[in-house]
Amino acid sequence: MKLKKRVPVIDQGNSLGFWGGKFGGNFVPETLKKPIEDLEILFNKLKKDRKFINERDKYFKNWVGSPTRFIKLENLTNHINGAQIWSKVVSDANGGAHKIYNATVHCLLAKRSGKKIICGDTGAGYAGKMLSMAAKKFGLKCKIFMGAKDIARQQPNVKAMKKNGAQVIPVYSGSQTLVDAVSECMRFWVANCDTTAMCVGSTVGPAVFVRICGWSTSQISRELKVQLIEEFGSIPKKLKLYNCVGGGSSSFGFWNEFMDYDKKQVEFIGVEAGGPAKSKKHAAPLTYGSKIGILHGAAQYVNQNSDGQIEETESISAGLDYPGISPLHCFLKDTKRARYTSASDEEALNAFKLVTKFEDLRPSLEPSHAFFVALKEAKKLSKDTVVVINSCGDAYKDRGILKKRLGKKYVKSN
Amino acid sequence: MLNPISVAFKKAKAENRPALLTYTVAGDSSKKQSLDILKSISKNADILEVGVPHNTPVADGSQIQTSAYRAIKKGIKINDIFRIVKDFKKFDKNKPIILMGYYNMIFQYGDNNFLNKCKTSGVNGLIVVDLPWPENKNFAKKCKKKSIYFIQLLSPTTTSKRLKKIIENSHPMNYFISMLSTTGGKLKVSPREILKNYNRIKKINPKKEIVIGFGITDKTIRKLKSADGLVVGSAICKEITRSLNSRQNPVTNVGKLVRKLKNRIK
Repeated sequence: MKLKKRVPVIDQGNSLGFWGGKFGGNFVPETLKKPIEDLEILFNKLKKDRKFINERDKYFKNWVGSPTRFIKLENLTNHINGAQIWSKVVSDANGGAHKIYNATVHCLLAKRSGKKIICGDTGAGYAGKMLSMAAKKFGLKCKIFMGAKDIARQQPNVKAMKKNGAQVIPVYSGSQTLVDAVSECMRFWVANCDTTAMCVGSTVGPAVFVRICGWSTSQISRELKVQLIEEFGSIPKKLKLYNCVGGGSSSFGFWNEFMDYDKKQVEFIGVEAGGPAKSKKHAAPLTYGSKIGILHGAAQYVNQNSDGQIEETESISAGLDYPGISPLHCFLKDTKRARYTSASDEEALNAFKLVTKFEDLRPSLEPSHAFFVALKEAKKLSKDTVVVINSCGDAYKDRGILKKRLGKKYVKSN
Repeated sequence: MLNPISVAFKKAKAENRPALLTYTVAGDSSKKQSLDILKSISKNADILEVGVPHNTPVADGSQIQTSAYRAIKKGIKINDIFRIVKDFKKFDKNKPIILMGYYNMIFQYGDNNFLNKCKTSGVNGLIVVDLPWPENKNFAKKCKKKSIYFIQLLSPTTTSKRLKKIIENSHPMNYFISMLSTTGGKLKVSPREILKNYNRIKKINPKKEIVIGFGITDKTIRKLKSADGLVVGSAICKEITRSLNSRQNPVTNVGKLVRKLKNRIK
């Protein structure tokens, strides 16, 4: 299995949509074949269309607010006393997380295809919140599917979705988390694909959704590349990009523009959710060597039992609480372009405490996983190494959990 | 030897009626009970579809999901399902059985292992919901080698060009999804419209048996009588749930329901 140079990773799948010949694909009911094919044709056309790209960039700039900041975490750097610690503050984006890029592009595509309704899934509530914002912006009706367990633990985002006029549909089946929300959303699309567009909230699902999402979030690395050159004059000789990985949309977007660099120069480190330290359950299929299986239309490494039933996951961060992983990351793992590891719930909470103690930055529980591994490894790295962590979400949505686990003083009132 | 599925269609045609296909989930609400249900309906049903429960089904409505979760909770495994089929075949060896499920379960078992096990336990056909054409080409070929029908799904969204290609490559039986819906949705298009689509498909190759499924109940089945076969699934799963909730015996109740369905299409 080989990664090609000078070809966008999203376009490296074969004619059936498989990366490396085995990850991804379109394992979908017959009813969805046509709508997926229509979307593929539309997306393949528009991603080469200068006018469409200009339109996207206009919204990214004026509405999403690009570029998001690239900042040095001076205090943490001094405290760690190893590599330089930097952060790409993607949570600056309108709505507070990277999910806005994918949501915006899906709404633009829905408009082009003449659909009036858009449905989407959400775990932490960010994908749902951003889709509700974008739908409102572009005049589309919006339906969000969300696990009942996630609705209970991510209330601030639920409120935001409702405020934006979206209908939030609780999903009670299975583990009542993201995996079931995605299933229910796909089922809704099966029954309504003639009038409704679907937005899959991460780089998962049938191949075209993986590609659209990766194409959208790549905005992060486009900005970062410019910012690195502005700051250092060129891409640093030792650059390490740390990102949390659930479905894998923010990490893929954070890395995409650096794909062709040698990994000795630009290393990618993906941090999965290891779950509670004492629990055997986790949401880290790459770290723990899960087998390839099919989930939500795509072949990927996925937590499952020997019969092929998808296993329940457990993580403090709803956004990483997914048993599978993007086919793109499976591909990057097997081609050895990226390295994957995990952090436990407790480690993520410790990292959150450390970051907020030293810096004016409040990463949500998802990027806190990445902060943990980055700060741990940075201690042993040379001072000319540039460590960048994607702070892809803001902790506001986690206030309930933070209050419960760490006490009131870790919750801000804004 | 002719596949028992084809024999069943011939028999129904001779009686001037569509074949009646039932769908129940293996292991719902227990291994034994699901076997007893199959036995109780085999007199009136022509072909038995047996669902392989999966916990992330992307095309099933709430009734079938409920049945599937019930079965999984009771610990049903694929090998138990093969055992159920084998035991059923001891009871009625000529009644065709089709397993219906999602590809990951087969993939984990291994295509070849799975098909060997199908063969030895007496499975006559397979429907794999999330393995569409052309992705299913290789798998369908493997089925053919074992004389197991791989049943292609066709939908109202399937384009004419695609229909032709699928049917050209298909085995003797195909399955037309009546409308844009998950299983068990309310029939949102008229039976006339469904039959119009059905006839369009039938015309491509009249020799292929086409069954219609999704949204068919005892209320709607009569109006679709002119098809080669009709599948009732969610209505049966619903009856199992209703029986369990009201502490009645699902075996006799489902038996009665299937007899009623059969009477409607005679």
